[in-house]
Amino acid sequence: MNLDSLEPGSEIDGFCLGELLHAGSMAAIYRLTGPEGPLPLIIKIPRLGPGERAVNVVAFEVCRMVLGALAQGPHHPMLVAFGDVETTPYLVMEYVEGVRLSDWVDRAPIAPEEIARLGSALALALHDIHRQDVVHLDLKPTNVLYRSSGEAVLIDFGLAHHGHYPDLLAEEFRSPVGNWVYMAPEQVVGIRCDPRSDIFAFGAILYQLATGRLPFDNPTTIAQLRQRLYLDPVPPKALVAGIPAWLQEIVLRCLEIDAGNRYASAAEVAFDLANHAQVAITDRGLRDRRANWGMRIRHRLRARKFEPGPCPPPSTSIGPAPIVLVAIGPAQADDALFEALRDAARRLIAADDLCRIACVTVVPLAAALSGERYEDTATGRHIKHLVNLRRWAKPLQLPEERLTYHVLESEKLATALIDYAKMNDVDQILIGAPHDGAPVRLFPGVSSQVVAEAPCSVTVVRPRSQV
Amino acid sequence: MKLALFADIHSNLEAITACLAHAQALGADRYAFLGDLVGYGADPVAVLDLIEEHAANGAVVVLGNHDAAAIGRPDDTLNDNAQAAIAWTRTQLGEKQRAFLGGLPLTVRDDNILFVHASAAAPEQWTYVTSPAEAEKSIRAGNLGYIFCGHVHEQKLYYMGVGGRPMPFQPVPGTPIPTGKHRQWLAIVGSAGQPRDRINKACYALADMERARLTFFRVSYDHDSAAQKIRSAGLPERLARRIERGA
Repeated sequence: MNLDSLEPGSEIDGFCLGELLHAGSMAAIYRLTGPEGPLPLIIKIPRLGPGERAVNVVAFEVCRMVLGALAQGPHHPMLVAFGDVETTPYLVMEYVEGVRLSDWVDRAPIAPEEIARLGSALALALHDIHRQDVVHLDLKPTNVLYRSSGEAVLIDFGLAHHGHYPDLLAEEFRSPVGNWVYMAPEQVVGIRCDPRSDIFAFGAILYQLATGRLPFDNPTTIAQLRQRLYLDPVPPKALVAGIPAWLQEIVLRCLEIDAGNRYASAAEVAFDLANHAQVAITDRGLRDRRANWGMRIRHRLRARKFEPGPCPPPSTSIGPAPIVLVAIGPAQADDALFEALRDAARRLIAADDLCRIACVTVVPLAAALSGERYEDTATGRHIKHLVNLRRWAKPLQLPEERLTYHVLESEKLATALIDYAKMNDVDQILIGAPHDGAPVRLFPGVSSQVVAEAPCSVTVVRPRSQV
Repeated sequence: MKLALFADIHSNLEAITACLAHAQALGADRYAFLGDLVGYGADPVAVLDLIEEHAANGAVVVLGNHDAAAIGRPDDTLNDNAQAAIAWTRTQLGEKQRAFLGGLPLTVRDDNILFVHASAAAPEQWTYVTSPAEAEKSIRAGNLGYIFCGHVHEQKLYYMGVGGRPMPFQPVPGTPIPTGKHRQWLAIVGSAGQPRDRINKACYALADMERARLTFFRVSYDHDSAAQKIRSAGLPERLARRIERGA
């Protein structure tokens, strides 16, 4: 099949081509059309044959394999049909209606709050594929779309790695495959199995959104590309005044040279972006210049003897730092229940020394509460609830970076908790059981709705004295 | 065609019975036994009779180094335990089994597939394919789309990259791997009768040749009985423990 002979109206295996959406060096993409007009489908046809690059055919195979293996979900286009690689190679996929991340990049620098919103949605999408043993490895602003719901969609899995399938791209091509602008240091030396490589590329995108500049410029030679093995980027603060410390902290942590110093999972980045007021600021967030020469030389020496290791299945290498949401009752305390929730939390903390505790309370919307006394104003109430949460958490004696506090404003208690758990990829929820005869009924009827609808495990905690 | 591939069965009747049942349940309609049918285990006669029955129905069977040793071709690469088991196996085999083993070929070519116990480069030398370099020699010598082999007891898949060098892949049991006909593949299906990767489950693979999908499997079987039989036969204790531990 010759790409040049195709045009709107052409037919492939009964699929009728509509508008040409994209004509790139690797493939062309057409919208499919039916008798009633355009269909919500696209067809992607790789450029194959004499004169075309070998990577095109492999990328086609990989894309088919990975999309075919991913469970149906909102974060990647659904694969509908495909043609044989030897005769008529094509992929028919869902047409994703949405805005490309590159549209925001074109307007960069953009507001930190906007970056947090876009970033946390994208990080959740990455976590979704990482959990399924897929590493994207070609993350760039043109490969990310946002649905009107705000959910991010990853497209173009042609360079991806799936832990359950042979990596057709590994070591096959002399120069590193992928977009050199966003590529992680370990990818530069040929490692294609680390989900944290996507976190690096993600950090490079955040950097671009925050500063309007690329963290490692646009390398054109391998030598320039290899600079990222020892050279850290200019801190965003030094480029754009007023970038908040939390944003720089998150961006530079994603861009750490050594994958072990980055976020262990995309879910953690999503959490920090969604709750940026509580990001623990280290030297990363505060520095206003690059690492000193001594550090650079150390990195450079390490970079020279860098040896790629074997590829483990990605799901085993995703950082095991579970997030536990503890739903704490507002206002007056039910001491027995508070203590029971603390006991349950203590057991989880003892079982996993990485687990983080998010203390959450849900209060009615602030507008309904504005009163005359300070403690009745929205801010006053908010602070009172935060104090309440801190008081609950204090006996746990956890370090600051493993505890966060959230006062959610909503009339629908269960829905607020469930949405929070979804947004932050919470691993477990601890919630008090409803009970009669106690001084305060904590979230009456709420726990059952949370149990039914939460996207994770839910433990309903009941004080022994009330059984 | 759904082709079930078994290698290094090593007289383990419980293991091969469980693998055959597993493959049949998944719709296998053709069978290949990739050598080392005997050695180590306590059921050489029953295993050979079972495989001979399949051979009569069209199954592919090739000769392995233990099989060759059992019918008198000396093999000094075998360790003491293996030699002891071979010596014992010789006392068990009757004329029928010896004749069956004596008639086995070193390789079978069928359409786009080469079946061999060890390396296709020199089948009678029993070379272990444990590196991309060895895999490349075997693939080039076979010069067909697929080489199915055993000898090495761990499951492994090599695929020819565009650079002309085979790439190793550690298959995940139960995941069908697209093995397109436009590439060359070498699959080591793993040992059914004596797995050595600390997992005491039998290895085999199932190739769906029409859909070009290859799936590696690990199958639970009654390893306690198999180990007990080895002890009762007076074979070295180490051979019984290997079956129990898978190592």
